[in-house]
Amino acid sequence: MQMWTKILAATALALASSTGAMAARTDLVVGVVLEPPHLDPTAGAAAAIDEVLYANVFEGLTRISAQGEVLPDLAESWTVSDDGKSYTFKLHTGVKFHDGTDFTADDVKFSLDRARAEGSTNAQKGLFAAIDTVEVVDPATVKVTLKNPQGLFLYNMGVGDAVIVAPESADGNKEKPIGTGPFKFDSWAKGSSIKLSKAQGYWGDPVALEKVEFRIIPDAAASIPALLSGDVQAFPNAPVGDALAQLQSDPRLKVVIGSTEGETVLSINNKKPPFDKLEVRQAIASAIDRKAVIDAASNGLGQPIGSFMSPANPAYVDLTGTYPQDVAKAKEYLKAAGLENGFNATIKLPPPAYARLGGEVIAAQLREIGVNLEIIPVEWADWLSKVFTDKDYDLTIVSHTEPNDIDIFSRPGYYFQYENPEFNKLIEELGVTNDDAKRKEILAAAQKILAHDVPAVFLFELPKIGVWDAKLEGMWENAPIQATDLTKVKWAE
Amino acid sequence: MTAYILKRLLIGIATLVVASVVVFSMLEIVPGDPARLMLGINATDDALQALRQQMGLDQPLVWRYLEWASGLLTLDFGRSYTYSVPVIDLIAERIVVSLPLAVIALVMSTAIAIPVGVFSASRRGRPADTISMGATQFGVAVPNFWFALLLIYIFAVWLRLVPAGGFPGWSAGVWPALTALILPAVALALPQAAILARVTRSSLLEVLGEDYIRTARAKGIPYRHVLWRHALRNALIPVVTILGLQFAFLLAGTIIIENVFYLPGLGRLVFQAITQRDLIVVEGVVMLLVAAVIVVNLLVDLSYALVDPRLRANR
Repeated sequence: MQMWTKILAATALALASSTGAMAARTDLVVGVVLEPPHLDPTAGAAAAIDEVLYANVFEGLTRISAQGEVLPDLAESWTVSDDGKSYTFKLHTGVKFHDGTDFTADDVKFSLDRARAEGSTNAQKGLFAAIDTVEVVDPATVKVTLKNPQGLFLYNMGVGDAVIVAPESADGNKEKPIGTGPFKFDSWAKGSSIKLSKAQGYWGDPVALEKVEFRIIPDAAASIPALLSGDVQAFPNAPVGDALAQLQSDPRLKVVIGSTEGETVLSINNKKPPFDKLEVRQAIASAIDRKAVIDAASNGLGQPIGSFMSPANPAYVDLTGTYPQDVAKAKEYLKAAGLENGFNATIKLPPPAYARLGGEVIAAQLREIGVNLEIIPVEWADWLSKVFTDKDYDLTIVSHTEPNDIDIFSRPGYYFQYENPEFNKLIEELGVTNDDAKRKEILAAAQKILAHDVPAVFLFELPKIGVWDAKLEGMWENAPIQATDLTKVKWAE
Repeated sequence: MTAYILKRLLIGIATLVVASVVVFSMLEIVPGDPARLMLGINATDDALQALRQQMGLDQPLVWRYLEWASGLLTLDFGRSYTYSVPVIDLIAERIVVSLPLAVIALVMSTAIAIPVGVFSASRRGRPADTISMGATQFGVAVPNFWFALLLIYIFAVWLRLVPAGGFPGWSAGVWPALTALILPAVALALPQAAILARVTRSSLLEVLGEDYIRTARAKGIPYRHVLWRHALRNALIPVVTILGLQFAFLLAGTIIIENVFYLPGLGRLVFQAITQRDLIVVEGVVMLLVAAVIVVNLLVDLSYALVDPRLRANR
């Protein structure tokens, strides 16, 4: 009798495993260009950290969706007081961290207090500056009181820098990240790959993938064969270069051109003569043909912008016609500035292809109006210290990839060195406005001021070129924030 | 002999000390703030200050040098700024890729080069010599990253025999790890083999013109025996010298190949560390490479003595 049960059990097992083999795949290898320096999203600015961990391993009170909206996450719901200064979050219960400890209101208080503490090394500490107190009402309720109403507070709670960590494990997150997400961290072979696997007992919607590997492929030339050979099945931000057409013609692969929050601009040092003159900046804007720049710098895929806002944003206003390319007009502007003979200046270009290639085209275009640019290629470390911190530059090209960052033009001491009290007033107002319609109105006015003043020449929105296996579903097409959210990804059967 | 080794060791240590000063001060001059690089452009000033303090970057330069150099003596290379783990751990993780890769490539290149060199020399001026020397000319001229891409397209994309790149780690088993190293090793070995074969050939030709070779032949010793026993042994000194140089190159200079195959080796660690201004990692790896070159050179010098008994007697 016992013998029979054993045989039956063995047959059942064999059947179960053979049907398992026929079901859809549950593993995925994702290619990424940059390796994260460490794995703690609350202690570094590198996009590579969020691209592995956001939404997969770590979760916040709220989260940002594929469309860029704010959705509830660990907070199941919230109420806002009438003065807009206090938020009461109702938390999900039964949530556990991957090390087995319970997630409660205490963890929320710990995480927010840690991010804004004096010795905090949070890269976006400014996001938490408005928080006055964080109180634990009961284990499933947290009340956050702000010093003043903050328009983007719920959004800010959904970014990678604001994910919830546990006091028991926070110090080790750089090496061994412990979050509440649907995937748990398995291993990190430095320089090679980071492995995640499905977390058992996840509180939210179950995920389809069992095992995920992020493989680090820094060389653009190596990423193409990795995709073609099937070693890597998805490359959310593929450095395709000239191989785009080759990949698009391959029926096994799907190439998706999406949008990002990366406004690519020709930044101008607004305090340095002659760029302190509005006419000079207007002349530069009128001399540039955006289409030629886009063709050279982004394979023709970037969307032109006329101010500092992504075309994917609901508040976007099309201002690309503010200064259409017109060499004669540009020369008139120069004459009005008393520089009809042109002048010499420098342009410092950081390593990304959009900057190096775009810079050459812009230098050629400005030569038409007698502005001779000396091209100086710089490394990122150099760019950050010389251009960004010391403001030792005339012109530079860079993509500002943070979402909702139009306020950078109002920040004192920011490297544009742009100052317009009218603009600053708008941003101040924006900061304390919750109402969507009102926010849109203010943002439109702010965009118009920037388009007119040319604190930088607004070039194009950086495209996101995603390449993945044609049978893979649920990858993000756009990148409203820098993340590789795998929670909805699955293989078609 | 012992005095000779001792003298060489002392010179080696002095070189290391000088190198440590040069490496440390050179990297300190390079512009760029590691803290700013980690926290990005939206970081607040106090967050930057806190991080600099955590990294120990607020200490005076000389103090940091002394702390670092004294740590080296106990193999403590400090902590990486970006990864915040001990540098020695990072190096250990990478050397298990770089060292086997260098050894495999070196063995491959020697196994190809010596027979080809000997074969060419023994058929000097005949078609076989012309063809094989033409092939080595090609090997010297072809850039190894291009050759690597060619190998990837043939063996990984088209034939799908080996992975296109990456390294599964030795924990995944010896065979998967070795297959991951085969293509990069071939890409590294062939150009090296071409150089080595040319050196072997010319060195051997020189020896074959010597009187004692004619004497040996006149005594009736078979040509094959003269070639492999008498001539090759005497022709080996320049070959061993080149081998030593090649090993140092293979250990450190494989960065392009490591990038093409995205292997987590030492070269990529240094490259990454330089762009991220993780200076303490750069310093650690460079010191290690300096030490490796010194050791390899010492071994090469000692091997001269093995090859040539006259050198043994003189010292």
